[in-house]
Amino acid sequence: MKITVADVEHVARLARLTLTVGEKELFAGQMDAILGYVEKLNGVNTEGIVPTSHAVPMENAFREDITKSSIGLDKALANAPDRSGSFFAVPKVIE
Amino acid sequence: MNIFDMTIHELHTALKGKQVSSVEATAAMLQRIESVEPQVGSFITVTPENALAAARAADQQIARGECHLLTGIPMAVKDIFLTEGVLTTCGSRILNNFIPPYSAASWEKLQDRGAVLLGKLNQDEFAMGSSNESSAYGTTRNPWNLAHIPGGSSGGSAAAVAARQAIATLGTDTGGSIRQPASHCGCVGLKPTYGRVSRYGVIAYASSLDQVGPLTRDVSDCAVMLEAIAGHDPKDSTSVDTPVPNYSANLKSGVKGLKIGLPKEYFIDGLDTDVQMAMDAAIETYRRLGAEFVDISLPHTDYAVATYYLIATAEASSNLARYDGVRFGHRAEADGLLDMYTKSRSEGFGVEVKRRIMLGTYALSSGYYDAYYVKAQKVRTLIMNDFISAFADVDVMLTPVAPTPAFKIGEKINDPLQMYLSDIFTIPVNLAGTCAMSLPAGFSASGLPIGLQLIGKPFGEETILRAGYAFEQATEWHTRKATI
Repeated sequence: MKITVADVEHVARLARLTLTVGEKELFAGQMDAILGYVEKLNGVNTEGIVPTSHAVPMENAFREDITKSSIGLDKALANAPDRSGSFFAVPKVIE
Repeated sequence: MNIFDMTIHELHTALKGKQVSSVEATAAMLQRIESVEPQVGSFITVTPENALAAARAADQQIARGECHLLTGIPMAVKDIFLTEGVLTTCGSRILNNFIPPYSAASWEKLQDRGAVLLGKLNQDEFAMGSSNESSAYGTTRNPWNLAHIPGGSSGGSAAAVAARQAIATLGTDTGGSIRQPASHCGCVGLKPTYGRVSRYGVIAYASSLDQVGPLTRDVSDCAVMLEAIAGHDPKDSTSVDTPVPNYSANLKSGVKGLKIGLPKEYFIDGLDTDVQMAMDAAIETYRRLGAEFVDISLPHTDYAVATYYLIATAEASSNLARYDGVRFGHRAEADGLLDMYTKSRSEGFGVEVKRRIMLGTYALSSGYYDAYYVKAQKVRTLIMNDFISAFADVDVMLTPVAPTPAFKIGEKINDPLQMYLSDIFTIPVNLAGTCAMSLPAGFSASGLPIGLQLIGKPFGEETILRAGYAFEQATEWHTRKATI
């Protein structure tokens, strides 16, 4: 297996990251080494084994469908980098 | 005796007996923090005014005769716990301005009992690391030897206890992040069973593995802290509705007849000699106390690190998608929305976080999902089954916490795979979802602490605390103090 700089660029795009040329080269080598290491899992026979997504066996956690108070607009927006009235403001999306 | 050297139970006795007030105790801790912090760097934020105000409130509570075991006790929590009105960075630049609108459930429970918050503790960025070197706020140093790492990711939580900057602390453990720093700093650290403690208000790293737990000077304090934070929380749908035992009440029943398993995969060639010697001595101590030893096997141990670094990074890449500069945290100057996401994230995240997001995104990406992520989830099942089978024959397991004592700052920073492999003995417990504790069990020839790991059955915290208490009564490792 060989992780190329092009692979790194593709994954970075998916992850919404921009990397410097140095970071791309660094990550290509390191991801290659780490993914090479995890290849050892191919040596485990997992036929018929059910995947575990969660350590505690648990069904859905239901609660009564009742309205409760929330933290409110001012607290919710207190950390907003930019605010417009009762909204989070972001750069214009549609021209 | 210095106030800052006290345990929770010692300070509680002094508070209750009115020999000292919480304000005096808190002031003593703040002074201690000021004097050793330049060397250790355990804290990201110290909150003296809030602490003294909370201490005054605690003193009033005590004056009214309401003195819970934690009332007026000065503590600190890892910066991963949301604390209403107090800066919470999670060790990251991307949250360098984040003031949470609410508090983590676990911290709130301590606060409700009158605990005093001294400040927020340093950690690896987003809890990703084993050495505290990935923090955006400087590397915490090991109080036993400042050239060495304190462990991670709850490095500040362990160092603060070892340097007596807090009486007790909270940390989180996703792959060993409470136990490994506790081991490296010579304190007690417990990772509860998944679901035992609410994760509400704890910044998420890998949601199927993260768990909250205490770091303390001794096992009694650990039991008191766990009692306070454990329990079902409707706000964390993965918290389990099982009664919380009175952990402190059952500490003294001893270990006579207790069956302790020694998994052969954890006692490998190449284990550090000092660590091996500490384990041998611990086994001898338990034998003398009447415990029985059983040789067991956890055959899939060798696959745990690979499994962990696929599952944890996949979950992390998804959890960390929320840092986009829209609602909180750092927002970069940008042309348009997509550019804003990308620039905010790239400026805000450090290199280890980027590396793990990249690995996780790769493992979840089209064409690789089954080969990496689903495969790892299947191997996780086999690792869990190993524990279920082995626990049919034993009550607890005894293993080292880490293959070596604390390594030097800078030693592994350029080799992420070597860094990941240092978590080999702690990671399987998170994958299996069960509980484990690190407790002081000796020192290396160069004077660095060595921890012993006791692994319990799911919701078997009572048993490992009892076994830990028996060991502590028979040894004096936990009484030694870092000379700082």
